[in-house]
Amino acid sequence: MSYSDKIIDHYTHPRNVGSFDKNDPKVGTGIVGAPECGDVMKLQIKCDATGRIVDAKFKTFGCGSAIASSSLATEWLKGKTVNEALQIKNTDIVKELALPPVKIHCSVLAEDAIRAAIADYKQKNHVDDAAESVSSAAAGA
Amino acid sequence: MRLPIYMDNNATTPVDPRVLEAMLPYLQGRFGNAASRSHRFGWEAEEAVEQAREQVASVINASSKEIVWTSGATESNNIAIKGVAAMYRDQGNHIITQVTEHKAVIDPCKHLEQSGCQVTFLPVDKYGRVSVEQVREAMTDKTILVSLMHGNNEIGTLQPIREIGALCKERGVLFHTDASQTFGKVPIDVEAMGIDLLSCSGHKCYGPKGIGALYVRRKRPRVRCEPVLHGGGHERGMRSGTLNVPGIVGMGKAAELCRELMPTESKKVAALRDRLKDGLFGQLDEIFLNGHPTDRTPNNLNVSFLYVEGESLMMGFDDVAVSSGSACTSASLEPSYVLKALGVGDDLAHSSIRFSLGRFTTEEEVDYAVERVVTAVRRLREMSPLYEMAQEGIDLSKVQWAAH
Repeated sequence: MSYSDKIIDHYTHPRNVGSFDKNDPKVGTGIVGAPECGDVMKLQIKCDATGRIVDAKFKTFGCGSAIASSSLATEWLKGKTVNEALQIKNTDIVKELALPPVKIHCSVLAEDAIRAAIADYKQKNHVDDAAESVSSAAAGA
Repeated sequence: MRLPIYMDNNATTPVDPRVLEAMLPYLQGRFGNAASRSHRFGWEAEEAVEQAREQVASVINASSKEIVWTSGATESNNIAIKGVAAMYRDQGNHIITQVTEHKAVIDPCKHLEQSGCQVTFLPVDKYGRVSVEQVREAMTDKTILVSLMHGNNEIGTLQPIREIGALCKERGVLFHTDASQTFGKVPIDVEAMGIDLLSCSGHKCYGPKGIGALYVRRKRPRVRCEPVLHGGGHERGMRSGTLNVPGIVGMGKAAELCRELMPTESKKVAALRDRLKDGLFGQLDEIFLNGHPTDRTPNNLNVSFLYVEGESLMMGFDDVAVSSGSACTSASLEPSYVLKALGVGDDLAHSSIRFSLGRFTTEEEVDYAVERVVTAVRRLREMSPLYEMAQEGIDLSKVQWAAH
């Protein structure tokens, strides 16, 4: 399969590979996929007291497109509020990376990973989905 | 050393320059139709075809009269299986094969199932082998054909075809073997092995693509096949169609070279394969050999690299051409059915790489490949959430994955 230069760039120089402490209340962790399906993504966000994403990291077991999709997602997440981050759609990733049709599921997985990480963060911090403000559990810590 | 390096000889082999040289006159002046009996052009084409028939026959201890030219092993398999099923319909309708056959055997068998044949697809053990006992137990009084490949294309495992051939002889059942991966590479003797039909291909043994052969036994018993292609009655009526003379000459020359070189070449290639294996296993932990540890084709190494997905791994050493059992490399999005049949988990099937060496592989290339693969595996494991979880002591098989 011939990949776009952007996919190859993200594969060769992945952005933000790594892990945060998943027990940190400022950190939201999403793990999606399954080894038997050939891809597992772990995506983590770290937020400030206002609920803005200040850092993001990923680790991915999967094909080149899956690695590129998650690498791109971490770039896009930084600087967004969690609710802004929920606006990221898999189709945006498909467009940016020029993913071939058989690899669209990689972008879906990346979107799922973003949502799972944000859900984890919100749950930890008792954020009501409708509310924009965050009552951080870390404030009392 | 020239890059990229080719280590996918189970997919196809390069044409040996000596083969090309033999073919060229038949692509230039000697263009005659081998079926033309009325002039020199036809005679010299026919003569070349008959010489090639001898060359192919002598690789497997057959007579040249028993060789039928085809377009490749897929067609040979189709003629053997469909042709026998149609010709021996009155004697029975049961065929025995195995789950790890190439699609060119599985699909003709499935096709026959739709028209009233019974097919037994034998399961294989963890190395990809069937036993003589399994075949014996599967036989019924309706069994007309056993079709089991000699060497597997993905994992290299060799089947005990000599024993199975003997069983078939004892029971009066025809025995077909797909020898695409072993013809010219592993000794084959159709007499000693009790083989009645054998498929082989030109482009797997340093000949050209688009040419293959089917061995059809003529004595004890005389095997007959209904043709798949009808027409001018070429090849004793078993395969109509004007003969591909340059291809045939090429396959003949390729067969002759294989026969001459096999004793030294198979040892040399196996030594390089073992060097590759030792290099990888010496430097990486949590990697697994797929297929039989010793009874395998000399050029094949199939390895699963735990925690790393095959397609992304291949991207990591893109100047070494190999293939993978990962779903991401196939159109079906399913991992290799061969690996799954061995009981290798889907996760390990996704992590598999097939290296297949050949006549032109060098030690320098093997060492380069080892270094590239080791570097890529280490880099991707650092990026792998599964590797991280395993390092933390998490049992991955007990994790509730959000399957998609």
